[in-house]
Amino acid sequence: MSDPILELSGIHTDIAQYHILQGVDLTVPRGGVTMLLGRNGVGKTTTLRTIIGHWQAKSGSLRFNGAEITTMPTPARARAGIGFVPEDMGIFSDLTVEENMILAAASGPLNPARMQWIFEAFPPLKTFWRSEAGNLSGGQKQMLSIARAMAEERQLYLIDEPTKGLAPAIISTMAGALRDLKAKGASILLVEQNFAVAKALGDTAAVMDDGRIVWAGEMAELASDADLQERLMGLSMEAH
Amino acid sequence: MLTNLLSGDRPRSLILTILLLAILAALALAPFLFPGVRSLETAARICIFIVLVASYDLLLGYSGIVSFAHTMFFGLGAYGVALASTHMGRGFDALIVGTISGAVAAAILALLIGLFSLRVRAIFFAMITLAVASAMAVLVSQLSGLTGGEDGLNYSIPRELTPAFKLGKLFGISVTGKILNYYLVFFASLALFLLLLRIVNSPFGRVLKAIRENDFRAEAIGYRVVLYRTLATCLSAAVAALAGSLFAIWLRYVGPATTLSFEIMLDILLMVVIGGMGTMYGAVIGTTIFVLAQNYLQNLMGVAASATEGLPLIPQLLDPDRWLLWLGVLFILSVYFFPTGIVGRLRAED
Amino acid sequence: MTTAAPDHAPKYAQLSLPDRIAKVMPLLLVPLLVIFGFLSIGSTSSWLTLTVSGLAMGMMIFIMASGLTLVFGLMDVINFGHGAFISVGAYVGISALLALESWTGVPSLLLNVAAVLAAVIAAMCVTGALGWGFERVIVRPVYGAHLKQILVTVGGLIVIEQLIQVVWGPDEIFLTRPEMLKGAVTFAGAAIEKYRLLAVVFGLVLFVAMRLVLKRTKIGLIVRAGVQNGEMVEALGYRLRLVFIGVFVAGSALAGLGGVMWGLYQEVITAGMGEEMMILVFIVVIIGGLGSVEGAFIGALLVGLLQNYVAFLEPKLALISNIALMTAILMWRPQGMMPVVKAK
Repeated sequence: MSDPILELSGIHTDIAQYHILQGVDLTVPRGGVTMLLGRNGVGKTTTLRTIIGHWQAKSGSLRFNGAEITTMPTPARARAGIGFVPEDMGIFSDLTVEENMILAAASGPLNPARMQWIFEAFPPLKTFWRSEAGNLSGGQKQMLSIARAMAEERQLYLIDEPTKGLAPAIISTMAGALRDLKAKGASILLVEQNFAVAKALGDTAAVMDDGRIVWAGEMAELASDADLQERLMGLSMEAH
Repeated sequence: MLTNLLSGDRPRSLILTILLLAILAALALAPFLFPGVRSLETAARICIFIVLVASYDLLLGYSGIVSFAHTMFFGLGAYGVALASTHMGRGFDALIVGTISGAVAAAILALLIGLFSLRVRAIFFAMITLAVASAMAVLVSQLSGLTGGEDGLNYSIPRELTPAFKLGKLFGISVTGKILNYYLVFFASLALFLLLLRIVNSPFGRVLKAIRENDFRAEAIGYRVVLYRTLATCLSAAVAALAGSLFAIWLRYVGPATTLSFEIMLDILLMVVIGGMGTMYGAVIGTTIFVLAQNYLQNLMGVAASATEGLPLIPQLLDPDRWLLWLGVLFILSVYFFPTGIVGRLRAED
Repeated sequence: MTTAAPDHAPKYAQLSLPDRIAKVMPLLLVPLLVIFGFLSIGSTSSWLTLTVSGLAMGMMIFIMASGLTLVFGLMDVINFGHGAFISVGAYVGISALLALESWTGVPSLLLNVAAVLAAVIAAMCVTGALGWGFERVIVRPVYGAHLKQILVTVGGLIVIEQLIQVVWGPDEIFLTRPEMLKGAVTFAGAAIEKYRLLAVVFGLVLFVAMRLVLKRTKIGLIVRAGVQNGEMVEALGYRLRLVFIGVFVAGSALAGLGGVMWGLYQEVITAGMGEEMMILVFIVVIIGGLGSVEGAFIGALLVGLLQNYVAFLEPKLALISNIALMTAILMWRPQGMMPVVKAK
């Protein structure tokens, strides 16, 4: 296996007095989609937020492309090539779709070729280009959130439950866009409750429980083993 | 029994206990230990401001609410007594009527401000109290027909509390009504302070502390945060008004500068922070240090200023009028380095 | 090959009439107040003079308040020491002006304007630098702790005001306006001071400039986005900390500018003048909505106009009237007229 793009070793994160992450060891291989699975409340979002730097890890080591980023401030991590799509989408509601995208292209003006690609993947963004982002529907906001991460070339995408609450048609659009990203060579760390999407997209998977990774391996392995699913996540995900 | 009197809130530090006892003794025996008009003035001032600052601690230290309206309540109590004495003539009935109406008015005003501000963001509360207090001060200055305006009001208090009333000699000091007045102030202040201790150590006080720590959680557990905060504001305002009434009784004069100025508000802030927020005893220590400094430090600074006459800037920095500069610096340092104040520091050591 | 989303041809629900009026309402308040003032005052000439004074005062308060509201909206920092920058700006600017007496004493518009410009630049540089230092030393250690922020910035206010008296002495300083800015023009029977007209024009220009920067430049975009969701802005790669320091310095410089303008308006300066203005500045920031520059603008005009109208009609009620205005607006919109919608 080529060198991993992201490595977490023994990461502990506290939120106020709660010890959420209790020693997370995670390796994200380069150029694929890694699914981060687990029941609600086990620390998946906290893990992503620790990687991007919104929460500061109390101890442990975080390596991106081999470099230690454990204490790097968030903006530096983003500029180093990590894109973040949060659970609540982080849309700037008072700004237009256009302004949201301009902001997303931090290093310069919007790349027309990339925009073309984004519009093909998410046509509503073109329709509502000049509208306030707050007026978009939930699915459209989610599209904008991912589109923002796509505005610039990134090496690693941290995506938190992009399909939550979305209609199936939109989910397939989303999945398509993520496949495109992968095709372009990016690595993705994806938190997802929708197991069908997880199966379809994931190359590798890691399952969390109680603030730790309790299983890591190939997605195919997990998908084919209903007993394993039940043990790790409390019920067979096929039921979804 | 002593613990009961203190509502179970013991000083918890040897040095602090010694200091508190010393202050208590000094204040209790002031007319005899420190004869002279100026010393008695200082002692009375300390008593009254201890109550005022302690009532502010109830708000700031125990409930976590920042308000700039405290001097307004102090002023209400003072003007209550002043107006009653002016219109009802001298007499204890005027004092009682004035005191009670001042306290009630303060509580009602606090209720109105509290209820209104609870509709808006908490951060607005501090700014709103500032605006309201300023408006009140301006109003009082301008309604001179009613309040005596900038000049304030002079009025008479019962003869028994004035120097004209002579009782004889005790320990070589001639006991007059003024000394009786002093002991009225002293015992009333002591009672109010113990009352505040009782409030903060009651179940009500514990809920306040819980709210201060995490209001979201308190609400989730089932306490109506709004209600508790409003009640704390009203209690704090009422006690401040009572302190104001004592002030009016002692001074026989009230005016906007002595009761409503923003400077007094800042002084209260300094006293409560330097002494130690959320401790009650911090009010005692902070007030004593502050008032003594206000009276005696300025003299020292005056001496130092004339000694450094020829140097650039230094004399201006040491000018006695600039004493607030140094208190301000001490205040900032306290917030950063001694957030628990002197009392907190002393308790930590022991 | 991506599957495009199903073709979307959404119909925008047309905003109902009441909704549209609600959006524009804050803007309408200013002309409403002006008309109300006309009806209460009666005499056209008095009303005209008062309206210009009110607008001038409003512009100056807006300049002082704009920095404060952005600082709070962007970084959740309450700076009770803002008034100190107003005072310092006034003292530095007026000192510069007094030093340039040879330029201000002569009836040459060019020299007069040059002198005022020099005073303003001096004031803004000093207060900007002071703001940088204030943020570093006083504010930074207490990020996120509102209570401590209030306390510490009040302490900073006290210290700076005392230092002004150390440097310039405790007495007030009187001044006169430069020659060409003295006097009044008559219009419709009213004597309107030249300086006040200038203040109105200048304030308007400044507001438009600020709005342009916020809406049309990338840095303005970052600030507007940061006010809504600072975390996300950082996750997009922007060093929000630097942006904040910049806004804090700009806000302090603007306060200094406001101080100079206010000093020239009143023709006297005192160490406590900033503190006095803070009451009105806070009212403006509250009724405008924390974080909104437009809200602060409208709020400032309302406050300035009301203050002048009521001072004419019933002087004793002037400050109370602004409290009443604040109460009324908060009853109507508890978050202020044009609050910024925070993401969380």
